Amino acid sequence: MTENSNRMVTIYVMGKKHTVPADLTIMKAMEYAGHQFKRGAGCRGGFCGACATIYRKKGSYKLQGALACQKMVEDGMYIAQIPFSPAEKKSYNLDDLKPDASTFLEQYPEIARCLACNTCTKACPQDLQVMDVVQAALRGDITTTAKLSFDCLSCGLCAVRCPAEIVPYNIGQLARRMYSKYFVGPTEHVEQRVKEVEDGKFDEELNKLKAIDKPSLKKLYDTRDMEA
Amino acid sequence: MNIAYYPGCTLKTTAKEFDISTKAAAKALGINLVELSRWNCCGTVHALAKDDVMHHLAPLRNLLRVEEAQQSGIVDEKKVVALCAMCYNTLKRSNQAFNADADKAGKVRESMNNEANVYSGQVEVEHLLETLRTQGWEKVQARVTKPLKGLKVAPYYGCLLLRPRGIGVDNADNPRIFEDLLVSLGAEVVDFGYKQKCCGSYNTVHMVDVVADLSNRILSQAQAAGADVVATACPLCEYNLGNRQIEVTKKYPKFYSIPIVYFTQLMALAFGLGEDETALGMNKPDPRPLLREKGLI
Repeated sequence: MTENSNRMVTIYVMGKKHTVPADLTIMKAMEYAGHQFKRGAGCRGGFCGACATIYRKKGSYKLQGALACQKMVEDGMYIAQIPFSPAEKKSYNLDDLKPDASTFLEQYPEIARCLACNTCTKACPQDLQVMDVVQAALRGDITTTAKLSFDCLSCGLCAVRCPAEIVPYNIGQLARRMYSKYFVGPTEHVEQRVKEVEDGKFDEELNKLKAIDKPSLKKLYDTRDMEA
Repeated sequence: MNIAYYPGCTLKTTAKEFDISTKAAAKALGINLVELSRWNCCGTVHALAKDDVMHHLAPLRNLLRVEEAQQSGIVDEKKVVALCAMCYNTLKRSNQAFNADADKAGKVRESMNNEANVYSGQVEVEHLLETLRTQGWEKVQARVTKPLKGLKVAPYYGCLLLRPRGIGVDNADNPRIFEDLLVSLGAEVVDFGYKQKCCGSYNTVHMVDVVADLSNRILSQAQAAGADVVATACPLCEYNLGNRQIEVTKKYPKFYSIPIVYFTQLMALAFGLGEDETALGMNKPDPRPLLREKGLI
């Protein structure tokens, strides 16, 4: 038991008041309060970006962004989930794209509307310099766009907050794809692994899992090795 | 001397020859232009509407970056050099508005409250032409190894380098800063009546016809005055006077082509730098046949 374990805080989930233990994440606190996540929850480890959340603290006018599985509840927190952002995502064939500024502007012309207001950066739960990502794309600097956006989880909060209706996370993804195809090129370990898959290295294990009954599969899953 | 350098988006895309030749020419003069490690779009002239705070954030955020670079010792002064006339004009006007209006300055600061530092308003915005003038034309002249002898150059200022008063780099009616530079480089200056006229600016996006008319008028005047080449200090002017010659020729069959170059390219050329640094292969139309004919390359 931790020192805080008896301390309770008040949070407001979509306006409804709940009293929850202070040592929970937003996600666990919502479950404690009786909510069940069908969307808006994924890895629960801060990697998948599914649990985008907007919150405001009592006495502050600031709307802030967080991942529900990472952010601890605080007293007087007003919380709303954004499980999906209906932002534009272009379909393109990477082979047809020219790795320069014109590609960003052709695929996502709205980047030219960036006001440098930095609202996207404020919203980012990963603390990325999101505005610098958009600005680097605007001047065709693919490498910088890719590197600055490397830790992006595509949670969508930047796009939801942008007054110019830009979708920074898709800009970053386009940059990383072009960077890996045109600047880095294929890497040996990936090609090696693809060859192993094609040669059937994992077939036996996969077939074994397919044949197993459901309770045994569940047991295997529950006792699997997990990264710390 | 280390001076903060703000290139702007165009110098990194369609006007790379301006960026390359600028850095080379400045270095040849011992001016170390240090590109800001973080910068964003200047905001362009949208920032200039009176009641508009949001649009001032882009230019002023760049000036905050300059101040941060100075505070961490990367550059020597609270000063930034810009090249693109649009960037220069926007950064300087926004800075002036910030300093003239405490109410607006307060709103800007509130809107930038996630920055680690607060902008003081003290950064000086300078065009490279001003930096050179302050250092003294004799310094430019002393560095010339290959005078541009026999090259008749028409300096084209356009709008944003000279206007409005208090922002422009020189007297808007009778400027001489560009001419002084060209004389220092050994070129023959060709004066012409349209050197301060507008090139059509952003109309080039949706009213190409208007730009073709303006470019035809400006370039024909320069040619009538005897110019071999027109020099500019703005990537948008360069585009409208250079690339748009295709449209000019279509509309005015009698028009004949004339090269457009950046002033920094002429500096690099006169300083004896090679083509990697003059970047003269990147202009449209190609100025090299003319320069070869004149024995300059």
